[in-house]
Amino acid sequence: MKMLNGKTLVLAALCAAALLAGCEAPPPEVVQNGYRGLGMQTNYNTDRLQASLDANVPPEPIPAATPGGPKAKDLYKNVQVLGELTVAEFNRIMVALTNWVAPEEGCYYCHVNEGFEYDGIYTKVVSRRMIQMTQDTNAYWKDHVADTGVTCYTCHRGNPVPEYVWTSDPGPGQPSMIAPTGQNVASKSVAYASLPYDPFTPFLMQDNDIRVIGETVLPQGNRSSIKQAEWTYGLMMHMSSALGVNCTYCHNSRSFYSWDQSAPARTTAWYAIRHVREMNNDYVVPLSEIIPDSRKGPLGDVYKIYCTTCHQGAYKPLYGAQMLKDYPALAQPLPEGGLEAVKAAKEAAAAPEQQAKAEPAEVPAPAPAEAKPAQEAAAPAAEPAAEAAPAEAAPAPAPAPAGPQLRYPPPSMMQYPPAPLQYPPAPAPR
Amino acid sequence: MAMLSFEKKYRVRGGTLVGGDLFDFWVGPFYVGFFGVTSVFFATLGTLLIIWGAAIGPTWNVWRINIAPPDLSYGLMMAPLTEGGLWQIITICAIGAFVSWALRQVEISRKLGIGLHVPFAFSFAILAYVTLVVIRPVLMGAWGHGFPYGIFSHLDWVSNVGYQYLHFHYNPAHMLAITFFFTNALALALHGSLILSMVNPQEGEPVKTSEHENTFFRDFIGYSIGALAIHRLGLFLAINAGFWSAVCIVLSGPFWTRGWPEWWNWWLQLPFWS
Repeated sequence: MKMLNGKTLVLAALCAAALLAGCEAPPPEVVQNGYRGLGMQTNYNTDRLQASLDANVPPEPIPAATPGGPKAKDLYKNVQVLGELTVAEFNRIMVALTNWVAPEEGCYYCHVNEGFEYDGIYTKVVSRRMIQMTQDTNAYWKDHVADTGVTCYTCHRGNPVPEYVWTSDPGPGQPSMIAPTGQNVASKSVAYASLPYDPFTPFLMQDNDIRVIGETVLPQGNRSSIKQAEWTYGLMMHMSSALGVNCTYCHNSRSFYSWDQSAPARTTAWYAIRHVREMNNDYVVPLSEIIPDSRKGPLGDVYKIYCTTCHQGAYKPLYGAQMLKDYPALAQPLPEGGLEAVKAAKEAAAAPEQQAKAEPAEVPAPAPAEAKPAQEAAAPAAEPAAEAAPAEAAPAPAPAPAGPQLRYPPPSMMQYPPAPLQYPPAPAPR
Repeated sequence: MAMLSFEKKYRVRGGTLVGGDLFDFWVGPFYVGFFGVTSVFFATLGTLLIIWGAAIGPTWNVWRINIAPPDLSYGLMMAPLTEGGLWQIITICAIGAFVSWALRQVEISRKLGIGLHVPFAFSFAILAYVTLVVIRPVLMGAWGHGFPYGIFSHLDWVSNVGYQYLHFHYNPAHMLAITFFFTNALALALHGSLILSMVNPQEGEPVKTSEHENTFFRDFIGYSIGALAIHRLGLFLAINAGFWSAVCIVLSGPFWTRGWPEWWNWWLQLPFWS
């Protein structure tokens, strides 16, 4: 026991203090995502969660516009997207937009001396495209944004350029004899792991295969490499830190690939990846020509969208605040007739549903509902085959499989009951 | 009984912690004592409860039997038997059995007048288990944070808990624990092989002693730790392996909720090289 002298104790205490110095205080706030004891859960430090909740509060809605009045397109010139709105609603949206995007710069951030209709300044053209993107998102990507939807504020938060965007990353300077690897720096984009720090170009711009796991127990035909898996993991690390969650928010790690063991959130994320890809390719990148170099990355590409752009550390942007409902003009591309037409169409669609509900309960309604899961159950079996096609199929055509291939057993054989993991099937490709 | 004739004289009376002379006897080769009784009691009860849990569960497949802890919503309360209460009682039985086993080691050590090194070492294994199913759940506020009792299910728990922190290999205490486990295996392999090499000399050679052991290692790596100190080293490595395992999991959750890679940002924030 001579070793337990004062100096040793002090040294041990110092080591323990150093180890704990960077740590947090218990107890954490925990959300259970799976069956008890499975370990699928989201952990939040209460202080950090409170800070995040405080930082993700939407602004007060602007009071609703008085209904009626002339159309914006009739009163103003060159109103291409919001022309079907009434003038009052149009001006209300313009005020909201200014508060959300350019509160300091004001109207003149987009509108200049040549007149409000003048399109010669890039910010105005970009804004118009972004409004279209928002409408498109809310109308056609409900698989991702649900009815909560997004507004300009979801990303911009009072900044002309959203705070969280990405550009192609040239990486750190390298000694001349060493080829850049695209990885091995503690990059924030991948939650400070050594994984490839730009997983966005291959997955959120290009549509490379994210799935790298093979379908068979033995390596028969799956050409995906460990390096490819690292890119996939890089994207997943980004998604985790962007949403303030961990891998088990979507996946049961015993079987990352298996849809019927994953949490429902994974389906949303599947659509989200495709949604972000579409926004980058259809809306953001085409604006490259008009956006000035000062608004581009070191390699000359425009600032693009990734998960953090909207989510900003919250599992739902602004923790699911219902902001869109106060700004119906952003909920869909405006048809002829403006918001009145939208409202009428909604009521027309709702009417038959109500009639169906009013029908006597004798109608065996559950029958079709039961048939549907059975059909869908067949989908996951087919879907992995489609998605698992090797990303590098082109250079090396897969050799003809020799002999029977040992497939993974169906999940039901691998699960220990009572695993309540009959989650929804894989999403159908759009 | 199958007792060797000379064993009786080694059986020393007294030294018990609890129960005086009441349980101070042997059954066959085994010393009983009060803690032998409690060991058997808790182990039997716990095992029967696991079997009962399997019986009311959906499978007898040993790989898939699963006794899961309660939902997190039960917090630190008792849960209904079929919804995690069974896990709670089995946990009590397990701790009772393990602690009894350690105290039985203490009683035997006291009888023989030897040090308490064996129960001390074993207590680190108990510490690791108690950390997993008591200390960490209490710090996190729910028994549901304990690991489930089942072959597949506990592996899934380990995997998922690791992925809760994105990349568990960046956990500094996990790094230490792994290093100690591996070094422990290396030390045991070197020691075991060295001793066997001494008592299995070449044909016609006599069995060798410490001089040869020391000489081998001095030739080999320039230093021999010695016959006594190799056991100190082994105990140190083994205890540290268990200790840092417990530390690495008690940090994850109660004291750190983010990805473990991010913990290392203190290194990046040190001013003089970043």
